[in-house]
Amino acid sequence: MAITRDDVINWVKDYARVIEENHEMLTDLDREIGDADHGANMRRGFKTVLDKLPSLEDKDIGAILKGVGMTLLSKVGGAAGPLYSTIFIKAGTSIGPKMEMELEDWAKALEAAAAGIATLGKALPNDKTMLDALYPAVDALKTSMQNGTSTGEALLNSAEAAHEGMLATIPLVARKGRASYLGERSAGHQDPGATSTYLLIKSAADAWSD
Amino acid sequence: MKKLINNPEDVVKEELQGIELAHPDLVKVFYDPDYIIRADAPVQGKVALVSGGGSGHEPMHGGFVGKGMLDAACPGPVFTSPTPDQMLEATKAVDGGAGVLHIVKNYTGDVMNFDMAADMARDEGIEVESVLVDDDVAVEDSTWTAGRRGVGLTVLIEKIVGAAAEEGRTLKECAELARKINDQGRSMGMALTSCVVPHVGKPSFDLPEDEMEIGIGIHGEPGRHRIKLEPADKITEMLIDPIVGDLPYKEGDEVLLFVNSMGGTPLIELYIVYRKAVELLEAKGIKVVRNLIGPYITSLEMAGASITLLKMDEDLVKLWDAPVKTAGMRWGI
Repeated sequence: MAITRDDVINWVKDYARVIEENHEMLTDLDREIGDADHGANMRRGFKTVLDKLPSLEDKDIGAILKGVGMTLLSKVGGAAGPLYSTIFIKAGTSIGPKMEMELEDWAKALEAAAAGIATLGKALPNDKTMLDALYPAVDALKTSMQNGTSTGEALLNSAEAAHEGMLATIPLVARKGRASYLGERSAGHQDPGATSTYLLIKSAADAWSD
Repeated sequence: MKKLINNPEDVVKEELQGIELAHPDLVKVFYDPDYIIRADAPVQGKVALVSGGGSGHEPMHGGFVGKGMLDAACPGPVFTSPTPDQMLEATKAVDGGAGVLHIVKNYTGDVMNFDMAADMARDEGIEVESVLVDDDVAVEDSTWTAGRRGVGLTVLIEKIVGAAAEEGRTLKECAELARKINDQGRSMGMALTSCVVPHVGKPSFDLPEDEMEIGIGIHGEPGRHRIKLEPADKITEMLIDPIVGDLPYKEGDEVLLFVNSMGGTPLIELYIVYRKAVELLEAKGIKVVRNLIGPYITSLEMAGASITLLKMDEDLVKLWDAPVKTAGMRWGI
């Protein structure tokens, strides 16, 4: 089953809705180990993305995702701005000028996105970052493809893996970002960035799996 | 939340409008993307200094734009890094052909956004150098953390390197000077109360009436430890000792002593801290040759203070004393 340009638009809209519903929860997580602005920053960014979407709707998937990324870059700030814009720009560049994509394109796009934010944030697995949700999602997609799983099921598997990765950040000691200033005190808290990343993967699965 | 604001979403925009109306002789203000530049920018042949960061630290950075200090400042939302498009536009607006120095406080977001902006500016043919400020001894510096935070020393770097640029030093010389100051300066802060980010509406952290946070960051990030409140002299010692021990500052050193308010602590208390800090330093044979006392790098309404020491030499003293004319710092003019 192919994922169309309209599906991609619907995913971005759905994620904007998810952020609107969860921005307070994200900010609360960030208050525990960061600087209490993650939800507010994501909300500001995706509100602007919603305003910009009509001008992207007739474009190809690559252009849509890059357009979302550029909007986030100029609106979010903080660390989340460059990191989330990198996810969308790298994914868009990886997919390229296609009107519909296959599961394999999506897996490659997420892999490129993960590589991009790993370079930008100089982060490794288990540093208690977004990558701890993103890497497992990429791995689950690849495994599902090898097993010949359906697109819908593969997407749900990736969301489940991202969820587990997010929960696995709780006991970790942060090594990147503001949470790292806390040292051992950062353990016992779920990483806000891994949480918003899980919501992103989950939103794609919800938008595309039926 | 009780604040003298209108809509939380409009705080930064309305502050910029106020700055624009108050200081037309010093600065020009641009919106969407937001940035503040010197009224006479670009100054031809002079290295331009650009800094920026989240809002809520006033007068830093916007209040330090003007002759002898910054050429441009990029204000982000409260406690959130500005974005690369702001930094790029500011960099282009102030480039006088001698290159642009980005002064970046070491926070993950600021570093990433300035990195992207510097790349974009270089793509447009502007020579850009970046210097990182990371003077906060409260944070352990290791490869396992984001590194030390940039705090009080940022103000001193902007003043001193601003003077160096004004006297015609090259981009490379200005960058080297900034790095030298960063190597010779150390800071540490403490909080008596939390602060409320306007669009969040709740205190950034909870601090009971009889406790204080030692080693606080400028965004309400927790510090080294939370302990029972102590008298000012004891608190001053808790800040001075880790700072002096870290560089370390030695007998015979001459220093600039900067006692800063986090926003809510009045001058009367800063002078009490200053008095004890001088006594402690003199006892160690360290001579205070210059000082700065007041609210220069704040965290909204947080009560508390930070201390910064900078080891001085003849060149640094001369540049510190050089004329400066900004909204937040003004002498010699």
